[in-house]
Amino acid sequence: MNNFGSFSELRNVISSGKASVENLVADCLIRAKENIGLNAFLEIFEEESIKKAKEIDEKIGQKKSGRLAGLVVGIKDVFCYENHFLTGGSRILSGFKSQFTATAISRLIDEDAIVIGRQNCDEFAMGSSNENSGFGPVKNFIDKNRVPGGSSGGSAVAVQSGACHVSIASDTGGSIRQPAAFCGLVGLKPTYSRVSRHGLIAYGSSFDCVGPLTNSVEDAGLLLEIMSGADGFDSTCSRKPIDNYSLFNENDRKYKIGFLRTAFDSEGIQQEIRTELQKAFSFFQSQGHEVVAMDLPLLDYVLPTYYVLTTSEASSNLSRYDGIRFGARAVDAKDLEEVFKLSRSEGFGPEVQKRIMLGTFALSADYHEAYFTKAQKVRRLIQNSAKALFNNFDFFIMPTTPTTAFNVGEKSKDPLSMYLADIFTVWANLAGVPAINLPVGFDNEGLPIGIQVHSGFFEEKKLLSFSKSWMDFINASKENQL
Amino acid sequence: MKNNYTLVIGLEIHAQLQTKSKMFCTDAVQFGAEPNSLTSPISLGHPGAMPVVNKKAVEFAIKMGLACGCKINELNYFDRKNYFYPDLPKGYQTTQDKAPICVGGAVEIRSGNGEKKTVRLNRIHMEEDAGKLIHLEGNADSFIDLNRAGTPLIEIVTEPDLRSAGDASTFLMAIRKLVRYLEICDGNMEEGSFRCDANVSVMPTGSTEYGKKVEIKNMNSFRFVQKAIDFEFSRQCNLLENGAEILSETRMFSAETGETYAMRSKETMNDYRYFPDPDLQPIFVDEKWLNSIREKMPPLPAFLFEKFTSHYLLTENDATFLTENRETALYFEALCLSKIPAKISANWLMGTVQSYLRENNLEMNQFPISASSLGELIQLVLDNTISHTIAAGELFNQLVLSPETPPINLAEKLNLFQNSDEAFLKEAIDKILLQMPDKVAAYKSGKKGLLGLFMGELKKATQGKADPRLSSQLLERALN
Repeated sequence: MNNFGSFSELRNVISSGKASVENLVADCLIRAKENIGLNAFLEIFEEESIKKAKEIDEKIGQKKSGRLAGLVVGIKDVFCYENHFLTGGSRILSGFKSQFTATAISRLIDEDAIVIGRQNCDEFAMGSSNENSGFGPVKNFIDKNRVPGGSSGGSAVAVQSGACHVSIASDTGGSIRQPAAFCGLVGLKPTYSRVSRHGLIAYGSSFDCVGPLTNSVEDAGLLLEIMSGADGFDSTCSRKPIDNYSLFNENDRKYKIGFLRTAFDSEGIQQEIRTELQKAFSFFQSQGHEVVAMDLPLLDYVLPTYYVLTTSEASSNLSRYDGIRFGARAVDAKDLEEVFKLSRSEGFGPEVQKRIMLGTFALSADYHEAYFTKAQKVRRLIQNSAKALFNNFDFFIMPTTPTTAFNVGEKSKDPLSMYLADIFTVWANLAGVPAINLPVGFDNEGLPIGIQVHSGFFEEKKLLSFSKSWMDFINASKENQL
Repeated sequence: MKNNYTLVIGLEIHAQLQTKSKMFCTDAVQFGAEPNSLTSPISLGHPGAMPVVNKKAVEFAIKMGLACGCKINELNYFDRKNYFYPDLPKGYQTTQDKAPICVGGAVEIRSGNGEKKTVRLNRIHMEEDAGKLIHLEGNADSFIDLNRAGTPLIEIVTEPDLRSAGDASTFLMAIRKLVRYLEICDGNMEEGSFRCDANVSVMPTGSTEYGKKVEIKNMNSFRFVQKAIDFEFSRQCNLLENGAEILSETRMFSAETGETYAMRSKETMNDYRYFPDPDLQPIFVDEKWLNSIREKMPPLPAFLFEKFTSHYLLTENDATFLTENRETALYFEALCLSKIPAKISANWLMGTVQSYLRENNLEMNQFPISASSLGELIQLVLDNTISHTIAAGELFNQLVLSPETPPINLAEKLNLFQNSDEAFLKEAIDKILLQMPDKVAAYKSGKKGLLGLFMGELKKATQGKADPRLSSQLLERALN
């Protein structure tokens, strides 16, 4: 499947003349078509990407190519891409074409990345299994009976199956890291506000982050370096200078690393995942780092706080899909109110409708204080405790998911157990800190296991260097086993 | 019956800010453009579009706050007000609820009887305007024009300090005067760039407990504001007198009937679900920014009124007239600066200039003659070079037509100089007196008021060019 480690290998292949960019694109297109049944793509830009590949091959010949020349990128269908359809995984946007390109995507294109297609996802990025898409579920490449995780399931499966080299996705409560864990990829959620949200369909605006799904930590760093930084179109985007995330300094610094104590012995967590966590603990200890098993303050409040706040924001963010100016309008609406009600009832899937109603309730006059305001206060406490944690620790490690990829249909009838799949990922979004899923191993059935590393605000550079050296060790020991 | 009740009014005034672009995007702000030509993904509420605050609009709001003595909130932020309507592209209005940019403040007005009253402000906040629904005659469809969507507004909210419809209208005029002085809003009620809603309640005279308040909308002129409030006052008093209950509701004013009517209750039952807009950073107004705005503040009507009465010693009536708009006030000061005595400057502006503007339906900013040129013209009168009548008549009319030509050149060309030739005037006077022996006799028997008549005849005989001072001397000499 993934027959390359990182983009630098592909660049070497191109510069040595063994393959052209056009060859690489063609290769991806073949894999995408072979695996069309996985439903990872909503649209493949076949002609367009081949044409673009030829142009870039020429640019390479003239030594005028950008840093991402040869990289084939898939985009989760939540990013505006000028003159291309945009659905957000929803029927309500049918027929809608973007009039501009998202900042994160245009920065990649400016460096000669090729966008190969729009990827399936849970509707409006709401879901943990990619079973909520208006365009059918996505299947895990390793086992078609398993979910790929969500909401960026299509983006994960596309990389997993070799249909593109990397994907760009969004992470509101784990939507990059959880599918990365289920599909054996590196998935990075940067610090909130590190990457511009301009051109990203909003779900929970104060949570939404743009990040990459990749085969390697190096690629994650490279993409982050190119996508991040201030943006005149998003005033909430951080103006902090960006680090050279693509440079990895070897160092033998000794770190202080916290591990989630309950994850070692909680019955709710799959045995093999606990074992991987224990292995990591021992490994870092043996490397001379200071490792501490500790509790995460307020962990019990993380899920309710997350769902109150994201659904509240979503109920407002999704109000613009009203059937008036674009997208689907109910044909049999008889008056204005019916245009709104029928268009939204027909256009939105059940999970989205549920979350809109939850959020509308949490913001309503009689319950605002009890839910929205209270949740905001808890979030502030979580943010403060995260600050305090990273004043004392360099990294915090916990599993990305309680289990490996579950079966298709297994949890779709049980929303609470579905929401529990996000228990370890939403904390980083509530706090705003960066977190990365690392594919550290496999369970007994050969399904990928992901472990998640967190660092302090805007410490992506440190987080990525640490992650790379860990993955280098894991990959080296795998090779030794072979 | 109304004597038994006290009318209590609070106003909510919306003023569209005259910025070049909209509150959160670069679309142009313009009235009357082709429908939907001034839109973009941001003002259309497209997925992925994000707002960016127009700094100029924030400065305009701060200016108004400073002009009204408000406290400027160092940290203020935008909230979302959620409701569905076709003219509201995002399904929410971006406005300020919890932390408005300006808090408190007050504006002083002069009641009809000249009494000064202070109207306290609750707040001034920023928000964006909605689009417009258009209904064409004979067509059942509704059309939407989103050109106005996203236009920056400030909403000025008063405390319930107003006690009569007249005061409400006076206050509204005072606010319009301020926004025009500050050049932040054109104050045009007909085009809807300046709008007002009123919260009206009544309470038994002497009571301190306010009655149930009714919100009145759709009053698009000063007269309608007065009419609507007066109607509402009677309506509410009648209800109470008949033992009926007043409903807290929103009512619309109908210009046709002069009455208010209840909106469908559904439209008033919105739960707006306010919360801070996560797409915008809070606005931080630091001392440096505030000071730079303070330095740019123009002189305001209250300050100028005080200056005109105490420094230039004008009457309150004159000062009120001259401070009615910024252009007139500045023009007056410019005339004074060119050494024309204040009272004479005021008289010219209130007389000749004002009638010219009124006849031609012009505003002061459209007056063609510069203050320095009008000053030269007036100076010709003060120097006795030209009579006042001719200056305010023929010469003024010519100067309007060629405002670039120096008045003295015009006067020379048109031969308008005053005649001070004693022999010539004497001869003319003798001729007139000879023709009116009975009037001369009457004058001599004590009817001194007839002097004016003789002067008038002399003016006629000399086409107005007789030097009035010399003429009256000569006249008196001839008569005595």
